[in-house]
Amino acid sequence: MSTQVTEQTETETEEQTEEQSPGERRREKKEQLQREREQEKSDLLDEAEETVELKIFRYDPEVPEKEEPRFDSFEVPFFEGMTVLDALIYARDTYDSSLTFRHSCRQAVCGSDALFINGKQRLGCKTQMVDLEWPIRIEPLPHQEVVKDLVVDMEHFYEQMHAVEPYFDPDELPDGEREEQRQTPENREKVKLSTRCIWCGACMSSCNVAAGDNQYLGPAAINKAYRFAMDEREGTDRKEDRLRIIEQEHGVWRCQTQFSCTEVCPKDIPLTEHIQELKREAVKSNLKFW
Amino acid sequence: MHEHDVIVVGAGGAGLRAAIEAHEEGADVALVTKLHPVRSHTGAAEGGINAALHPEDSWDLHAYDTMKGSDYLGDAPAIDAFAQEAPDEVIQLEHWGMPFSREEDGTVSQRPFGGLSHPRTTYAGAETGHHLLHTMYEQVVKRGIEVYDEWYVSQLAVTEEDDPDERTCYGAVAYEIATGEIHGFYARDGVILATGGLGEVFDHTTNAIACTGDGQAMAYRAGAPMEDMEFVQFHPTTLPSTGVLISEGVRGEGGILYNDEEERFMFEHGYANNEGELASRDVVSRAELTQINEGKGIEDEYVHLDMRHLGEERILDRLENILHLAEDFEGVDGLDEPMPVKPGQHYQMGGIEVDEYGQTCIDGLYAVGECACYSLHGSNRLGGNALPELMVFGSRAGRHVAGAVGEEPEIPTGPGAKSENGSIDAPVNLGGVADPDPVATDGGELATPQDVLEATVEAERERVETLLERDGINHADVREKVQKTMTENVNVFREESNLKQALKDIREARELYQEVAVRDPSRTYNTDILHTIETRNVIDCAEAITVGALAREEFRGAHWRMKHQERKDDEWLKHTMYAWNDGKTDLYYKPVILEGEEQTYEPKERSY
Repeated sequence: MSTQVTEQTETETEEQTEEQSPGERRREKKEQLQREREQEKSDLLDEAEETVELKIFRYDPEVPEKEEPRFDSFEVPFFEGMTVLDALIYARDTYDSSLTFRHSCRQAVCGSDALFINGKQRLGCKTQMVDLEWPIRIEPLPHQEVVKDLVVDMEHFYEQMHAVEPYFDPDELPDGEREEQRQTPENREKVKLSTRCIWCGACMSSCNVAAGDNQYLGPAAINKAYRFAMDEREGTDRKEDRLRIIEQEHGVWRCQTQFSCTEVCPKDIPLTEHIQELKREAVKSNLKFW
Repeated sequence: MHEHDVIVVGAGGAGLRAAIEAHEEGADVALVTKLHPVRSHTGAAEGGINAALHPEDSWDLHAYDTMKGSDYLGDAPAIDAFAQEAPDEVIQLEHWGMPFSREEDGTVSQRPFGGLSHPRTTYAGAETGHHLLHTMYEQVVKRGIEVYDEWYVSQLAVTEEDDPDERTCYGAVAYEIATGEIHGFYARDGVILATGGLGEVFDHTTNAIACTGDGQAMAYRAGAPMEDMEFVQFHPTTLPSTGVLISEGVRGEGGILYNDEEERFMFEHGYANNEGELASRDVVSRAELTQINEGKGIEDEYVHLDMRHLGEERILDRLENILHLAEDFEGVDGLDEPMPVKPGQHYQMGGIEVDEYGQTCIDGLYAVGECACYSLHGSNRLGGNALPELMVFGSRAGRHVAGAVGEEPEIPTGPGAKSENGSIDAPVNLGGVADPDPVATDGGELATPQDVLEATVEAERERVETLLERDGINHADVREKVQKTMTENVNVFREESNLKQALKDIREARELYQEVAVRDPSRTYNTDILHTIETRNVIDCAEAITVGALAREEFRGAHWRMKHQERKDDEWLKHTMYAWNDGKTDLYYKPVILEGEEQTYEPKERSY
């Protein structure tokens, strides 16, 4: 019986290793695993019908050979349906565990992996390798400080988001027990696209105005303001406050309607339109006081 | 050293809700999360939030459905509290501005969901979790609650009395990802774990890569038992190539499952003659895999989920996000063709043993959300019950930790709740490998909470130093080993020999883990360290799941055994407990509580 053979082999191995210390046995296993992995890696590359080259930006202020930014090349096996994030994970887990990038959900909702891929801001998880020209060049988001490799400092982005008071704050709430505020399906539809923002920062990175004016609120924050200003549940007083915030010197009027934000938004939010609409709302609101 | 009244670990839905509530009760709260809050995996939840809002509906119907869905392994005090408070939480979310889908009269819409006797699932398109997460994060910003984002809590500071019931949690240790510095967090009132799921234990999962069972493993190593870990929900509709979730909302709206002979197998093969596609998730997942195993799968791998007949308008209105997911991750246009789906790991019913206020047996240590087990979902969670869970119990734990709860909990925790010892025929040793793993610190000799914390910080510094300095293997290879064996051997259909094989493989992974090392020498944003620490948590969780699965010789909810294909209420109406204490693992059981507030739940045959 085949099972007996297996058992025997196992016993033999155990006998052989009886005199080894647990540490030695582990080291042996470790080396075996390393050999297996090396083999698997080269097999995968051999078996793959196609491989693709990634050119990845590398930088680490702390590591002497990475202090000067450089590009590293990685060859990864291509499979159908492979995304840029899949390729990055493959490269990291197979070749270089120090390759650093943010990622989490793999399905375009956490907003962690906005990257500059072949010269455009995109989410790594949502970008199919087949849709790109090869070799693929992967860089951190432009106009943001690089922390390491593909990781940029998001602090400034978060500050701008917070600057528009990004929280629902109604003038009043219903009195009844367990009573919701009413909102028409039309009004919900009006704010729907604006509520899809995943804070990935692609828009901000693509914006020439934001690049030149660090205080510019930027498309994501203005869109957030739009999301609340247009929500009929908040009430007119709050709307006035919101319009004042986005009307400031570094607010909506800075936008030069280049549409770069709208073009790169992975959630297809019509950012430029929202900014334009807020400009109109601000004008209307100002006329009221004249 | 950082100091707050309350430390909340993890800033997904449960953590945010707990933080807001504790803050409302006057506590100084800090959220510590390895991601930024809006990156949390609550954001990926699609379908909805169950709550008995409609006048014709009632909380006890919701409670009954939940108990039935749990296959009578839920504890009534948790289920009753949940069903009673869920409507308040939905209204609270609405008052915080959540963009719910609406009816013509402006009220919040509700749709049917699997296993529910009334359409009580509120939703915001097919991206309910995204809106819930962002709505609550906004409220955290509004209140100025402190957030330490991209700080990874890797160890709890817990005293080391022999009996876990007598231990106290004084805080936690966090690794600041940007700088590599290790910080102590002293929590004056308590630590709330809200770290989410453990999908990384499997290789086909709807979970994020960050879902590595951190809270479960940390609490377990500190002495709080894990409960009912064998109950893993496999969602019936995930995309085959990536595991991306296709919401139950598709079936709720009328989506139909077909095999490769275009049979509507849920009805035609009698898996669920009444509810069909809307039977409970475990029922549908098993039906799909049975079809695939019988050669009726498409490409022997998946089945079809068809929503074309719903019409473009309805799909765009209620399920638009599904169209994007199918297009982006599977290259399929859901308006034009059926979508390929197969079961994938989705949710962990079991978790850290807590009472109905989220308290573990360790004083000052709480757990809420997916990492916790109250037990609400028992052996199978109903769709749309996870989001209200994290709201209700996040809120309850937040109130409790801030000292605003007077009542005594009804659900007992800790070794004192043991009713029976358990044993399995394990082919290998379980638990730690070399020297007993330090639980935390030696409470006996340490006089103050600060001492306990300092010692824990020191232990973590040493751990990180060791990982950085030594030579060794990549953690990713070890993690992959665990994922492969779990997917192969501890999946929807379970057999004794496979489970034993998994235990052997997990043991090997544990031994190999002694040899892992971090290759990246940098202190700056070193994700290699982060992922290496996570992998150990993955191993602990995998072991607990497999031990529970081997122990439980019956078929209940999500847990199915080849040789035990019936529910055995006489023997198995009890929770599986797996604890780590004094360098050893302990398997035991505690009774299920079926006496509720309004009704005693009688186990009945569960058919849909």
